[in-house]
Amino acid sequence: MTVPTDLRYTPDHEWVRLDGDEVTVGITQYAADQLGDIVFVELPDVGRSLERGKPFGVVESVKAVSDLFAPVPGAVTAVNEALASGPELVNSDPYGEGWMIRLSVADGAELDDLLDASAYDAIVAAG
Amino acid sequence: MPYGPHTDDDRTRMLTALGLSSVDELFDDIPEALRAFPLDLPPPEPEQELAARLRSLAARNRTDLVSFLGAGVYRHWSPPAVDQLLLRGEWYTAYTPYQPEVSQGTLQSIYEYQSLMAELLDMDIVSASHYDGAAATAEAALMTCRATRRDRVLISRGVHPHYRDTVATYFKGGLELDEIPLVTDGEAAGTTDMAALEAMLADTDRPVAGVVAANPDFLGLLEPMPRIAGLAHDAGALFVAVVEPVSLAVLAPPGSYGADIAAGEGQPLGIAPQYGGPYLGILASTEALVRQIPGRLVGMTRDLDGQRAFVMTLRAREQDIRRDKAASNICTNQALLALAASIYLATIGPHGLRDVAAIGAARAAELESALAGVGIRRLHPGPYLNEFAVEVPRALAVHRRLLGAGFLAGLALAEAEPADPTLADALLVCATEVTTSDEIARFARAIADAVAETAGVAGGTRR
Repeated sequence: MTVPTDLRYTPDHEWVRLDGDEVTVGITQYAADQLGDIVFVELPDVGRSLERGKPFGVVESVKAVSDLFAPVPGAVTAVNEALASGPELVNSDPYGEGWMIRLSVADGAELDDLLDASAYDAIVAAG
Repeated sequence: MPYGPHTDDDRTRMLTALGLSSVDELFDDIPEALRAFPLDLPPPEPEQELAARLRSLAARNRTDLVSFLGAGVYRHWSPPAVDQLLLRGEWYTAYTPYQPEVSQGTLQSIYEYQSLMAELLDMDIVSASHYDGAAATAEAALMTCRATRRDRVLISRGVHPHYRDTVATYFKGGLELDEIPLVTDGEAAGTTDMAALEAMLADTDRPVAGVVAANPDFLGLLEPMPRIAGLAHDAGALFVAVVEPVSLAVLAPPGSYGADIAAGEGQPLGIAPQYGGPYLGILASTEALVRQIPGRLVGMTRDLDGQRAFVMTLRAREQDIRRDKAASNICTNQALLALAASIYLATIGPHGLRDVAAIGAARAAELESALAGVGIRRLHPGPYLNEFAVEVPRALAVHRRLLGAGFLAGLALAEAEPADPTLADALLVCATEVTTSDEIARFARAIADAVAETAGVAGGTRR
C-alpha cells in the first residue's frame, strides 16, 4: 500500500495535513479498510482544546468502535459536519471528503514527531 | 460434553498453558480492596431440612392482606394467558443468546416489546429492557452526562426514593447529583419546586446535564412535565421522564412533552408484585440519543433472500466490543418479563389499558371520598391518578394496627422519606382496578377504628 506523501501519520493510523497554522486530521485508508463500513463518527465541539494523544472522538463501524486520538495539541476550529449524515465518506475518501477535524496549532514543529509516509508504510507493512 | 466442575488437573493444565502459577494472578488487575472476600455462610444443610426452613421463612410473608399499597409496585388483573405463556421453557432466560440471530423467536419477542413500548411512550428508541425502574432511571441519568459532556444531574425529590438512591450509587464515580426540593405548601404542594429548579439551572458554573422528574410523582401527584422539560432544555440540559406505564393510557406520554429519555418500572404490565422482583426496567430515548442508550437493541431488517429478519443492532456500544468505554457495563435484559409485558399489552389492547387506568382512577377517587367520610383527608391538594397521601395521626402505629386487622394500609411515608417532616404522619395509599368498593368501605371503617384505638396508647408507637 502506498499512502499520500504530503501527509504526516501517527502509529494509530491517523493522518495530519499542515496548512498554515491549521492542521486537518483524518484516519488512513488502511484504518478505514480495517474497520469496515463506518456507520458513525463522533466528533468534538468546535473550540475544545485537545491534548496530544488524548481521545477526541469515536469512529464506529458495523463491527468495532475505536477512539480517535489527537495527533498534535491544539484547539478544534472545525469538524466535518458532512460525516453526521454521511459517515461512509471515511471509507470512500479518507484523505479528502472523509476528513474529521481541523485544529489550530501553535507551532508547526509539533508535527516533527509524526511519521512520514515511508515510516507509516513500514508500520502497515509490518502488520 | 460432560457438564461438571473443573478438576484440579484441568486447572493445572490451563494455568500451565497460560504460564501462570495461580488463578489469583488472573485477577491482578483488580485492586485488592475490590476483590471478593469469603462469605460468612452457614454450613450446608440436608435438602429436606433446608426446604422446610425456606418454607417456614416464606410462610412469614403475608398474602392474606387487603392491600392499598402501591409506592412503585401496583397490583393489576393479568389475563391468565400471560402467566401460561411464560411457563413455556423456550423463553426461560433473561439473556439474549450469544449468537442472537440464530434465535429469531427471541429477537422477535424483544422487537415486539420495544415496538409496544415505543408506541405507549411515544419515543423513538426503546432498549430491550433493564433490571428494574431504578436501574433504568440511573442509566437514563448517565446518558444525559455522556450526551452533554456535563457531569451534574438534578433529580426531583418527587422521584421514588429507591430510584434516587440507585442513581446516587451510580454517580459515586465522580458525577454530581443534586435533589430538587418539593413545594411544601399551597396548590402545588408535593410536586417539584419550579422556582428552586430554575435557580439550580441558573448556576452557570455548574452546567446541568439532565433533569429527572417523575409523573405521577412518588406521592401520586401529577407533575408539570412540559414546564420541567422546557426549563431543562432552556439550560441546555436533557429531560428524563420517569413514568408508570399503565398511566400512559390516560396521561400524556413522555414523547409528547419533549422528554429526551423516558424510564420506568414495567411491573404493572402483567407482572405480579413480588418480594424484591424480578421486575422490568423500561428505558427509551429520542433517535438523537440512540448511541447513548445502553443495553440490547433489536432491529428488523431483510436477509439476503429479502425475507424479514430480526437482528441485534448497534452492538458496538456494548461492553464486549467497547470494553471500559461501553455505554453501560450491564447488557443483561429482562427478556422473560419484557415478554410478559408484551403479552399483557397485546392481550388487553389499547382500550383495555385505558379501562385499567380509568377504573383505577375511579377507585382511587372512591377511596379518597370514603376516607374523607371518616375524617382522613388528603395531604396535598393537587391532582393525582390512582395514588395519594393522607394525613393520619400516629401513622406508623395505625399502619401496624391495621396489619393486625388484615389491611395493608399503604406505605407509612415516615419510613420512606424520614428526612421530610411534612410526611411524618402520612400514609401513601393506592387503588387500582382490582380494588373493590367493599374493600374500600371496610378499610375506611378499620382505619377510623385504628386511629381511635391508637389515641389511647402511650407513645402511640407500640401495640
